[in-house]
Parts: sequence; C-alpha cells; structure tokens
Amino acid sequence: MSNIQQLEDLTTQVRRDILRMVHKVNSGHPGGSLGCAEFFVCLYKELMETKDGFEMDGIGEDLFFLSNGHISPVYYSVLARSGYFAVDELNTFRLIDSRLQGHPTTHEGLPGIRIASGSLGQGMSVAIGAAETKKLNNDKHLVYSLHGDGELQEGQNWEAIMYAAGNKVDNLIATIDLNGQQIDGSTDNVLPMGNVKAKFEAFGWTVVEIEEGNNIEAILEGMQNAKSLTGNGKPVCVLLKTVMGNGVDFMMHTHAWHGKAPNDEQLATGLAQNAETLGDY
Amino acid sequence: MKTYTNTGSKDTRSGFGAGLTELGQTNENVVALCADLTGSLKMDEFKANHPERFFQVGIAEANMIGMAAGMTIGGKIPFTGTFANFSTGRVYDQIRQSVAYSHKNVKICASHAGVTLGEDGATHQILEDIGLMKMLPGMTVINTCDYNQTKAATLAIAKHDGPVYLRFGRPKVPNFTPENGEFEIGKAVKLTDGNDVTIVATGHLVWEALEAAKTLNDNGISAEVINIHTIKPLDDKAILDSVSKTGCIVTAEEHNYLGGLGESVARVLAQHKPTPQEFVATKDTFGESGTPAQLMDKYGLNSSAIQEAVKKVIKRK
Repeated sequence: MSNIQQLEDLTTQVRRDILRMVHKVNSGHPGGSLGCAEFFVCLYKELMETKDGFEMDGIGEDLFFLSNGHISPVYYSVLARSGYFAVDELNTFRLIDSRLQGHPTTHEGLPGIRIASGSLGQGMSVAIGAAETKKLNNDKHLVYSLHGDGELQEGQNWEAIMYAAGNKVDNLIATIDLNGQQIDGSTDNVLPMGNVKAKFEAFGWTVVEIEEGNNIEAILEGMQNAKSLTGNGKPVCVLLKTVMGNGVDFMMHTHAWHGKAPNDEQLATGLAQNAETLGDY
Repeated sequence: MKTYTNTGSKDTRSGFGAGLTELGQTNENVVALCADLTGSLKMDEFKANHPERFFQVGIAEANMIGMAAGMTIGGKIPFTGTFANFSTGRVYDQIRQSVAYSHKNVKICASHAGVTLGEDGATHQILEDIGLMKMLPGMTVINTCDYNQTKAATLAIAKHDGPVYLRFGRPKVPNFTPENGEFEIGKAVKLTDGNDVTIVATGHLVWEALEAAKTLNDNGISAEVINIHTIKPLDDKAILDSVSKTGCIVTAEEHNYLGGLGESVARVLAQHKPTPQEFVATKDTFGESGTPAQLMDKYGLNSSAIQEAVKKVIKRK
C-alpha cells in the first residue's frame, strides 16, 4: 500500500511524462491524459490486483481496458511506472518502430495492453466479453474499463450497456471520464448527452459518482465503494468528474488541449508547475 | 473423368450447426454468440446442450463482435453467428480494430451469403463480404461448398489460432464432399483432372463447376475443377500448377467480381504467370428478390454461365 503522498508524487511525475511525451513528437492528446492521471495511478497502484509480469489471458488477476485510446500517454506512463516495461521506452512514443503507438495496440506486443483502441466506442463490449469469460473460468477478479464522456455518443456503447445489465455482468466497473469536453467543444455544445447518471440507471446499472475526480482520496473512496457494489447482479458505472488538462493551469477547463501538444515555452511552464518527483525518463 | 454424387442436398448452414454441436462436446473453450438468429444459423443444438456457453446478444452485432474479442482474453474461442451482411459490412470497424488488428481468436461465422439468400432481397444479400474480409491483415477467409465441407471447416477453424471469416449459405445444395473429410485451411482441393481449362470455384459454385465440367467433357473439353474453399491464404501453387497445364482459367463465385476470389486469382496470375481468365461472378451489382435458382440464373452464377465462360476463355489462349 502506498500513502497518499506517494500517490501524489507519482501523479506529478506522470504529468511530466505526459507533457514531455507529447511535446517531443508534437502530437498526441495531453488534455484527457492529464485529467485521468490520478485515476490511472489509483487504479494501478491501489485498486487492481495484478500479477507480476504480463500474460494476455490475465487469468487470476484484475483486467483493465482503455476504450478512449487517445489518452495513451497517461496509460503508457502509468504502465511503465508500474513495471510493465522500461520507463525509458516512453522516449519512443509515436516514433517509427515503437511499441508505443499513437493509440494503444497489442500489435507490437507492448506488455499491459490487451486490446487495440482508438476508434471509439468499442471498449465496453470488449470489457463485457472479458468479464463473461472470467465468469466462465470461475475467476473472481474484476474487469475495469475507462471511457470518455464524448465517446458515449457512439451507439455501440448503448448496445453494450443494455447487454451488461440484462445479463447481470456484475464483475465489471466501467468508469466514464466526465470532463465535459470533446474535440469540437463542450459535450453540451457538440451533442448534449443529458443526464448520464439517469441514463445508466435507466439501463439497469448501479452508478457511483466521484465528484472530485482529480482528488486521490476521493477516487480511492469512490472506487472502493464501486468494488463493494460488484457481485450484486448489476454492472457498476463510475462517473468520474475530472478537469481536462488538470495540473497544468493553461490547459485546464478547455477543450483546446484535447489533441494538441505544448510548444517549448508551454512545456517549460507545465513542467515548472509539476516539479520532478520520481525522476524523468 | 472423375464424377461426384450428391448424397442428398442439405444447407451449408446446417453443416456449420453440426460442426458447432460437435465442438461443444469436444472443446470446452468454444463459446457461441448470436445476434437474434439462432435458428437461422442452426445454433439451437449448441445452445440447448451448453446454455452457459451460449450468449444471446440481441440485435446488436457491434456489441457481439466486441464481446467476442474480449472473450478470447482468458482462453475462450468465440464463434459469432449472424447473416453475412451483418457479420461484415455492419461491423467492419469492430472487426478491424477489436479482432483483426488486435489478433483475437474470433471465428466470424456468416450464413445467408450471396444472392441465394433469396426472397429477402438485396438488403440482406451481401456480395462484397469476401472482399471486405480478405483485405484485413491476418484474417483467414473461408467459403465452403457443401454441408460436409462446412462441418469440417467449422471443426478445423477451432484449431486455428487467429481470426477467421467462415462464409456459408441458406439454400439446400448438393452434398458431395466426403463425410468427415479432412479440411486443411489454405489447401485447394482438385476435384477433376483436365487439360483444356482450369475452373476454380468457391462456395455454391463448386457443384455448378462440376456440372459444367461434365457437360464440357461430353463436348470434348477437358476441364480441371479446383475447389478453393480458402480464399485467404490462397493456394497459389495449386492455381499456378493447373494453369501451367491448361493455359486458361475461369473463376466462379457467388460474389462481386470486384474484390472476390477472381481478383485474388488474377493477382497471382499477373505476378507469376499471366493467363487468360474469365470471371463468373456478379458484375458490380446488388441482388434482388427471387428464388435462389432464379437469381443464380439471372446473375449468371450457374453451370451454363461457367460453360460459356470456358468457351470464351479457351478462344483467348
């Protein structure tokens, strides 16, 4: 178990990793990555039970699927800093011949990744399939997934959401990153989604809300609550209210940094706001 | 020439159902998913025998493909079942990203392919699915010709590690390949020896090719008929060996000539041994309502169409 300060320190380092990765190749998605840094740190350091090493089948351990694959920088940083591959490999993000593709993939054999994602809306179905296999294997471990809020505009999600409730997939915790932003603007402007909580509840899910999705203690409390609600005949949805670009002041509360890298000066500003803790790669 | 006997017409989809039933008994990792077409896909017996391994997803094919991809994680071998149209075009991106690019061991089993679906008409008669599937890196594409071969293929793909598209159909067609025969993925089956022309056929057109060869033989034309059940990976050698002898080729398939078996064969020939070729296939058109026999006739997908193509291609030698 880590204490809160250790998790905070790791989160700060992950923010630095994200900024440096996207800056180096002048591409990638820092906004959503920064908004989910605390969540990934909590997931991999505190919440999931995982085995040492990596096996695709993931039998006897918790699984995680990232559906909104564009926030690969935070995923790669936390995987590397959880021992799935060398931290130095973050240097290769989006470069030719790298295992760290723009969007996560199994194709290059990167440890920690079990499905390709990037084309949105597919991860919920995959997570449900993996959860059904866990039940068939009598494997009591859980399946976690993360989805963007804008991603819920993809219709496949609602097929999956209907299936999971109708078939009592209660070993699944699907988290929605509710940052209210997508590429073209706020979700309310692009395609209003109405009351997401009411929608999930209407489909038969148990919903847990985490109001402070960038607060480690709040995330741990909410996710532990979500874990305690599994196994009760209903899938569990966590609505994680985050701030896109969190931890870098000029990137916060806007969609502008969804898919845009900082320039040299902006990088320096962002790094100055997040002093090195565990050592840069 | 070697002749083949129809041991009793059956639908190829029932061969799939029989194969799936057997897999249910012999391989506990096999699971089946269906999008509200259990009866049409002949998956009822598997469902009755193994309800815990059967997943009814409703009319939600995208979710079915994604779930199948996820189910492989933990060692299951998912067989998805719906019509060919809804198995491919409707879910192309799901197959592309979650199955093919992710190299998941999913078997996409597609019935009611082509115009022989019949009266439902063009909305349900996909003639583009072979092209869609063969273009996906790593995807194996199989189109079987009769009940026995479809059953054998169903058993064989369970042993193959990687994504497979298995295409079969609705109508009862002659059953003539050996019962419990071997099925080797990627290996063409030479059905008759001949010297004047090669006919490579897939799916429902294989029997039509045999019928054509019989009539041609009576008229002094010796045709070598090859059953190409695997369109990808294609048995290049079997095709090249045959045309080395015959010097011309007819390809026959219940599919658009754009993107189908014929184009795959043309690629092999263009690269290794340019050879006159004629295409028995639909010519960039949608289908329509009608009986399977009427449609096969109207769209030039039968024995007489193959015979005409043979006469034409021989003149081009």
